[in-house]
Amino acid sequence: MMGDAIVTLLDVDKFFGANHVIKKLNLTVQQGEFLTLLGPSGCGKTTILRMIAGFEDASAGSIEVQGERVEDKEAFERDVNTVFQSYALFPHMTVFDNIAYGLTVKRVPKQEIKERVKEMLALVQLEGFEGRRPDMMSGGQKQRVAIARALINNPKVLLLDEPLGALDLKLRKQMQLELKRLQKKLNITFIYVTHDQEEAMTMSDRIAVINNGILEQIDTPKEIYKHPKTRFVADFIGESNILEGQVLDCQDGLCRIQLETGMVLLQSPNRKPADPVMICVRPEVMKYERSPVDGFSLPGTIKDIIFVGAQYRTLIVLENGMEIKVNRVKPEKDLKEGDSVYLYWEPEDALGIGDLKQGGSVNEQQ
Amino acid sequence: MPKHKRERKKRIGQRIATGFALLIYLFIYAPIAVMIVFSFNDQETNYFWNGFTLRWYEKLFYDSSIVEYLWVSLIIAVSATILSVIIGTLGAVGLVRFEFKLKKLVNQSLYIPIVIPEIVLGISLLILFDFIKLPLGFIAIILAHVTFCVPFVIIIMRGRLAGLDLSVEEASMDLGANRMTTFFRITLPMLLPGIISGAFMSFTLSIDDVIISNFVAGPYSTTLPVKILSLVKTGLSPEVNALATIMILVMLFGILANSIVQAVLRKRASTVIKSYF
Ligand SMILES: Nc1ncnc2c1ncn2[C@@H]1O[C@H](COP(=O)(O)OP(=O)(O)OP(=O)(O)O)[C@@H](O)[C@H]1O
Ligand SMILES: [Mg+2]
Repeated sequence: MMGDAIVTLLDVDKFFGANHVIKKLNLTVQQGEFLTLLGPSGCGKTTILRMIAGFEDASAGSIEVQGERVEDKEAFERDVNTVFQSYALFPHMTVFDNIAYGLTVKRVPKQEIKERVKEMLALVQLEGFEGRRPDMMSGGQKQRVAIARALINNPKVLLLDEPLGALDLKLRKQMQLELKRLQKKLNITFIYVTHDQEEAMTMSDRIAVINNGILEQIDTPKEIYKHPKTRFVADFIGESNILEGQVLDCQDGLCRIQLETGMVLLQSPNRKPADPVMICVRPEVMKYERSPVDGFSLPGTIKDIIFVGAQYRTLIVLENGMEIKVNRVKPEKDLKEGDSVYLYWEPEDALGIGDLKQGGSVNEQQ
Repeated sequence: MPKHKRERKKRIGQRIATGFALLIYLFIYAPIAVMIVFSFNDQETNYFWNGFTLRWYEKLFYDSSIVEYLWVSLIIAVSATILSVIIGTLGAVGLVRFEFKLKKLVNQSLYIPIVIPEIVLGISLLILFDFIKLPLGFIAIILAHVTFCVPFVIIIMRGRLAGLDLSVEEASMDLGANRMTTFFRITLPMLLPGIISGAFMSFTLSIDDVIISNFVAGPYSTTLPVKILSLVKTGLSPEVNALATIMILVMLFGILANSIVQAVLRKRASTVIKSYF
């Protein structure tokens, strides 16, 4: 599915005045891939897209599209198109004129424009809407017009800035599937911005997690979930309990870890005694019993058992006050709020996170 | 309070408000109505009704000098409007889109030509034109009208520009349109309703100006309102009533035209602009 690099950012920095918004960003996007930029609000996702599209200049570093540096190219000379967060449809034009715009300004013959617009309308399932004006359409319909308008130029790369942000949950789910279908069908590279991690997980071939202008990790959704490289990623992607401690000893890749209020096991190939470690345990693999389980002794007290839709969520308080989240499909029998329990997990279910720096970066480049 | 009582109070409140609004309208339009009525009065004075006649209009119609004054007024108003719209639109673009020193001061000082007494503006323009040796007359009147029209155009256009979504222009460039195409196809059509409002505003301000025109007028540049003023000096006559009535009709036509154009624009702006290409 993946071929050569189509967009490459090399050591890109961006300052807004004194505000360092993007920090030494290295990012390679493969031909035909669905790459998602995921990160909290204000982390710089839009800025990255705008630099690729040509609306902002990078303060330092270089940006290449199809092996060609684009710094000196104006936005209208670049072979990328954008679907804007606010749709940015032309309010004084009909749907037809909106979609046709890219071809009209290139002075494509009228007959050809007509055919292409027709194709695009069919692609986004908006046949019959050509005479409408944007202000007479629903959010989802406007979104489709924006997508059709951006696709009519046959761009090599489509940049999408939170395109589904303004839609309700149900429509969003439906549009997620449609976008994915379009991307597969047209085999266009998508660089997609969202701060919704579930959306990123369902749609992407790879996810680039951005925090505070730094690329924390870029990997497949599965890899990001299973092997977060930084504490930030572990915290941001899915739910997690993060425990800090120190290696006591290791045997055959199984290490005993000393925590502040107990001892636990972690499967980890190359760690030495006295190494600091950070363990990430997802709520769904966390378990608890009345009495300690082999190799574990991490006592706590049940604070709360809440039924949330499909599962039960139990909050357990450790002796140092830290709250641990546990998700169960069925509640543990006979255990109720206020009971003392011991936490444990299957050693292979927990993850050791590489570095200990909070929000530290592993700026990785393949 | 029970529901029916509350509703009755509301109804009474509504009646009072409607009555009040009617009073205000009466207050505003009664003088105009009286003037229009007396322009059809078969009597030299405005004291009592003496039967219907069109002779004052006939008299106006045969007085060729009146038509001349009207032409002067129109030419000045159209020229001042075109200049004001161009200067005001560009000025507003600069004020909204670019950052520069003293921007705040410039923004605030826009209101000075609007609030300053017209007589003061008239005198200062007279002094200025005298100083730069600009002969009084046509050109001087046009420039004087531009002076007080531009701030209005800037204020109207500033509002429109501030409400204009920048990403729409970016979307245009993203789709391959260069800056000029983007300006003509996207920015200008979106600003058009504002430009037209500004133009009608300037036209109205210019065509009914008396004080400032009076100061900077020269030979052969007497505008219609200035003429009316001089006619009135020798006493009110039904002829003046008829002339003023015609002017009101012209104004009404202008207002109506503005609303029609705005409505059409809202519907078919894209095609309007396409015809320019
Ligand atoms: N034109 C600008 N001038 C100054 N600062 C800016 C500008 N645009 C963005 N910033 C700053 O850059 C940082 C990153 O902004 P950006 O819009 O890229 O965030 P984002 O990740 O897209 O956030 P969101 O999810 O809220 O859209 C923010 O701190 C923002 O305040
Ligand atoms: Mg953003």
